[in-house]
Amino acid sequence: MPIDLDGGTPLLVAGRCRECAVVIFPLRQRCPTCGGAVERTLLPPRGTLWTWTTQGFEPKPPYLAEGEFEPYGVGYVEFDGYLRVEGRLTEADPARLRIGMPMEVVAVRRGGRVSYAFAPVDEA
Amino acid sequence: MTDIAIVGAGIHPFGRHDGVSGLAMGVHAVHAALGDAGLEWRDVQVAYGGSEDAGNADTMVTELGPTGLPFVNVKNGCATGGSSLVSLVTALRAGAYDVGVAVGFDKHPRGAFQNDPADWSLPQWYGEDGLMVTTQFFGAKLQRYMHDHAIPPRTLAQVAEKAYANGAQTPHAWRRTPLSAAEILGSPMLAHPLTQYMLCSPGEGAVALVLCRREYLERLVDARPVWLRSVALRTRRAGTFEVFSPSLPLELAPSPSVDAAKEAFESASVAPDDVDVAQVQDTESGAELIHLAECGLCEHGEQVELYATGATRIGGRLPVNTDGGCLANGEPVGASGLRQVYEIAVQLRGDAGDRQVPGEPRTGFTHVYGAPGVSACTVLSR
Repeated sequence: MPIDLDGGTPLLVAGRCRECAVVIFPLRQRCPTCGGAVERTLLPPRGTLWTWTTQGFEPKPPYLAEGEFEPYGVGYVEFDGYLRVEGRLTEADPARLRIGMPMEVVAVRRGGRVSYAFAPVDEA
Repeated sequence: MTDIAIVGAGIHPFGRHDGVSGLAMGVHAVHAALGDAGLEWRDVQVAYGGSEDAGNADTMVTELGPTGLPFVNVKNGCATGGSSLVSLVTALRAGAYDVGVAVGFDKHPRGAFQNDPADWSLPQWYGEDGLMVTTQFFGAKLQRYMHDHAIPPRTLAQVAEKAYANGAQTPHAWRRTPLSAAEILGSPMLAHPLTQYMLCSPGEGAVALVLCRREYLERLVDARPVWLRSVALRTRRAGTFEVFSPSLPLELAPSPSVDAAKEAFESASVAPDDVDVAQVQDTESGAELIHLAECGLCEHGEQVELYATGATRIGGRLPVNTDGGCLANGEPVGASGLRQVYEIAVQLRGDAGDRQVPGEPRTGFTHVYGAPGVSACTVLSR
């Protein structure tokens, strides 16, 4: 999974090209832009919501279905100076989602393993 | 440039056809196109065709006649039909053949498309976590586009309302019942901001076109040619926002639709303002809006006024998707891009019946877009 839990704060595992410095997610061995070698890099814990949508019906396999289907949010979170990463959101209510809102990486248990999601950061 | 003409166009109705194979629909479309051209299968010198889920096009010779012709199977996602057409046009322009057929057909399982991450060079968790759904891309790209260009949800409803109104006038369409904007906005939310009736469904259908070089027209006494002024096929460049993208760069590159449309217009020496009738990929309401602007047919944000004033309806300033597009016809992937060209050919000939664009349209345009970032465009004229 592309998530690092070793430091206590869940962080996404990305890559940075040693040749052209482009950031890629998920981590791959070779840079898709220049073919250079890529080193592992961790993204910041927080970003902002760049765009979002909702998943209103149950996807077909290989989606790991767990119990009765509940709609979920999906979005791209922008990590300033790095890139935008797609992921599930912990919030699915359109009234509570807004482009530009702060989001943080969280670890979630899905199908007996740990994955990542983005959660709105309490702005209060 | 050598002139290439469409001299035959045939279609098998779109929708659901239990008990009829995709290949059988393809054969039906080829016979219809040949009949339109006044040709026999044995006259066809080359063929290109394909489907995504319904079998190998070249096996149609079992029904059409194993004449020994070169028949190339094409499989290029949503651009399968467009790719067949581009391949055929290239072969004719090269002078290798005088007359050929492009055929596309499909028959998909019900429900949304199902994709395996391994087939798309993606990690397994991407599919397991529920991120590998095409409608999420539509919703996410559109959400940002509406934010950037101040487009309200009612414009999305107006796109779908027009599509079903046009579908009701189209004998071969799948969805032939008009729906009001209120009904469209009130249907279940599937991929915010897109409701059920703003999204097209995978479906079934087939289209065939007969093309020839200008000199070959002498043999066709009753031909009513539609000229294929240009075809352009482009794939994505680094940094474009495409379906199934686990990440995006901070600086996005223009979509392949932008590149394909520009090339098609330039090589035809036609300006977007010259277009009298257009077909653009409308897998959902937002795609039609975005593609109109990406193809240069309007400015970003201008769509709100275009749809509020009915400019894209039949009889409007720029009629778009006069047969109801993907929304009313569904999307049999292999056939869909050729359906667009079929519709423009029918409109330019003046054969579109109840959905005919008035004023004898002279110039048409088509645009198809698909995963993982491929677009094909054509410019046609009488």
